[in-house]
Amino acid sequence: MSSRRSLIAIGDLSRDEITRMLDLGERFAEVMGRDIKKVPTLRGRTVINLFFEASTRTATSFELAGKRLSADVINVKASGSSVEKGESLKDTVLTLGAYQPDVFVIRHAAAGAVAAAARYTDAAVVNAGDGKHEHPTQALLDLYTMRKAMGHLEGLHVAYVGDVLHSRVARSGAIALQTMGAKVSFIAPPTLLPREAAAGLGVHASHDIADIADADIVYALRMQHERMGAGGFVPSLREYATQYGIGHHRLRAGQRVMHAGPMNRGVEITDQLADDPTALVTAQVEGGMVVRMAVLYDLLSDPQAVRSTDLVTEMMAA
Amino acid sequence: MTRDDVLVQRPGPLASLVIRNARLLDPAAGIDRTGDIVVREGRIGGDATGLEEIDGTGLIVVPGFVDPHVHLRTPGREDTEDIGSGSRAAAAGGYVAIAAMPNTSPPVDDAQDLVRVRELAARDAVIGVGFICAITKGQQGSELTEGAELAALGAAALSDDGHPVSNAAVFRRALQYQHLTHLPLTLHEEDMDLSAGGAMHEGAVSARLGVGGIPAVSESIAVARDVALASYEDARIHICHVSARETVEEVRLGKARGVHVTAEVSPHHLLLIDEDCETLDAATRKMNPPLRSRTDRDALVAALIDGTIDCIATDHAPHGPSEKELPFEEAPFGVTGLETAFASLYTHLVLPGTLPLEILVERMSADAARVLDLPVPTLAEDAIANLAVIDPTATWIVGAGDFQSKSRNSAFLGTELTSQVQLTIAGGQIAWRR
Repeated sequence: MSSRRSLIAIGDLSRDEITRMLDLGERFAEVMGRDIKKVPTLRGRTVINLFFEASTRTATSFELAGKRLSADVINVKASGSSVEKGESLKDTVLTLGAYQPDVFVIRHAAAGAVAAAARYTDAAVVNAGDGKHEHPTQALLDLYTMRKAMGHLEGLHVAYVGDVLHSRVARSGAIALQTMGAKVSFIAPPTLLPREAAAGLGVHASHDIADIADADIVYALRMQHERMGAGGFVPSLREYATQYGIGHHRLRAGQRVMHAGPMNRGVEITDQLADDPTALVTAQVEGGMVVRMAVLYDLLSDPQAVRSTDLVTEMMAA
Repeated sequence: MTRDDVLVQRPGPLASLVIRNARLLDPAAGIDRTGDIVVREGRIGGDATGLEEIDGTGLIVVPGFVDPHVHLRTPGREDTEDIGSGSRAAAAGGYVAIAAMPNTSPPVDDAQDLVRVRELAARDAVIGVGFICAITKGQQGSELTEGAELAALGAAALSDDGHPVSNAAVFRRALQYQHLTHLPLTLHEEDMDLSAGGAMHEGAVSARLGVGGIPAVSESIAVARDVALASYEDARIHICHVSARETVEEVRLGKARGVHVTAEVSPHHLLLIDEDCETLDAATRKMNPPLRSRTDRDALVAALIDGTIDCIATDHAPHGPSEKELPFEEAPFGVTGLETAFASLYTHLVLPGTLPLEILVERMSADAARVLDLPVPTLAEDAIANLAVIDPTATWIVGAGDFQSKSRNSAFLGTELTSQVQLTIAGGQIAWRR
């Protein structure tokens, strides 16, 4: 029903489209270096951030991204039991849709929620994370950060380490990275590695932490206690940290470390490494805002008009 | 031992007509010829003089279909289906008899509940409807229902359906007690701990989509347990909606060892696979057991052909729009199936040459009746007329017209199917006419 383009799964973007999005992000990063960090590009447009699940960085970066593009931004935090959430999802989208927003940015705890929401609105829909399914803007900001740090994506080897089973970050990242010609490994305890991950996602899947040796980037995944329910997936966090925690002792020179946050320090990443200036964690947060500006700009602009030259012209006019 | 007191149907005028020059196909009775078939006063055969004539040229007359596993949502969710609408949906699909599962609200688990739904069927059902009662009170898995009384009142079978009896000792007692009730036990097989949190088949596709997985072993492990217990107690079990190749193997092994085990498979498991879940559309793609891998699907088709799987059951599970509009992981399981079962299987298995029509008809009719000891529909002389007239060349878009069912959550919604049921005579009465 959605008549505009939406961003629900990262696999919907081609290699060229991802590249264009990252390039746009770099343009916006230049703007952010100026004294007045605001452009009039999306004046008169309305962005509704609809978050059914807690978020700090994704919510704030989408809000800032919208505001710096001069869009009207409304933040709605919804909550409730799982079934009530689902019912209110449709009703909330229909209700807020009456204000004729241009974009819904939606986060929800259930896989498929954003695809379901898109059936009830003509606005563009951006998936800001739906359960364990996808988190496409996280993938874009991670690629943005990697490209900036390493200079290229083609041929890069990225190892996601830890709680792959519950990670939409790893899932969307693996799809995007392979689209760009990078190699991806999933390294996880046997209980936290999805069955048939290699067949389903084309990644190298392993239980052996030593397999990070070949990676250019080691991506530590957060242990997602909130999605684990009853019954431990690992005997203890202490044992997990011993077996899979990322610290300086596991890394070789030149390997860069990423983490989508929030970090469980001392579990998936050591304190020392988290604070190491060579870690890319803060760079990811910075990248998050400009990439989300790029996504909003891309969805709300006439596709024919999306040329970096036009963008520069517009920005200069600001 | 066939039980005649299980099926309930609304009384009505008996059909009298003659169908000329049709293909008459009743594999179980050894009938396959082109000619006329007379129905007079609700029975097959007799004098055609003066009867309404139907030109059957190009049409196929088959024994009516039997579905041992449907959900009619009565009592409790009559907004999504009731006995009248569900039986009309069945008639439109060529069915003459169906058996309704007891996972209603409240569950049909005692004499009073059973008598009540049978009264409703006697008022509303356009075909024969039987009622399966719970194995345990409230489907809670702890106390056995009063099976002897339920059997005497015409229960079709016993099942806790979607709430499988997890306690092996309780289930063992249910098997022992079967020697008194003689009621078939029909089993939704699932280890609920292994499948907890799952919404689709666990495999490469669930790994890619990040949707919680339901492992195949959650089904086969339960079947292995129950086949072992049925063997030990010399009891008889029927396995509902087999979905995994591992389960096929357990059933095959059980049969080879002489265990009284039968099995059914649904059209959607024979035709769709986990890759079809990419849309994350709960209304058409979320069911339990889930759509499994291509290898599983191929194993199910082979098992249906070789008889390891005895029959086809739709697991017709109507849900209202508001239930199915939820995110994929939160929506309830289930799709409808009665109106599309034959046409979907004919289109996608018979026409391509995978499944002989004769086997399809037998698996949907005689074989399905036998798993619940129901009367076997037949085109033989003197039998009560229970038949369907099918136009094998008609094409239609599922859902383009109205469904007879109150619900629209069909796995084949919007797709084109070939073959259509033109007429259904059930219990001697015209139940459906296009």
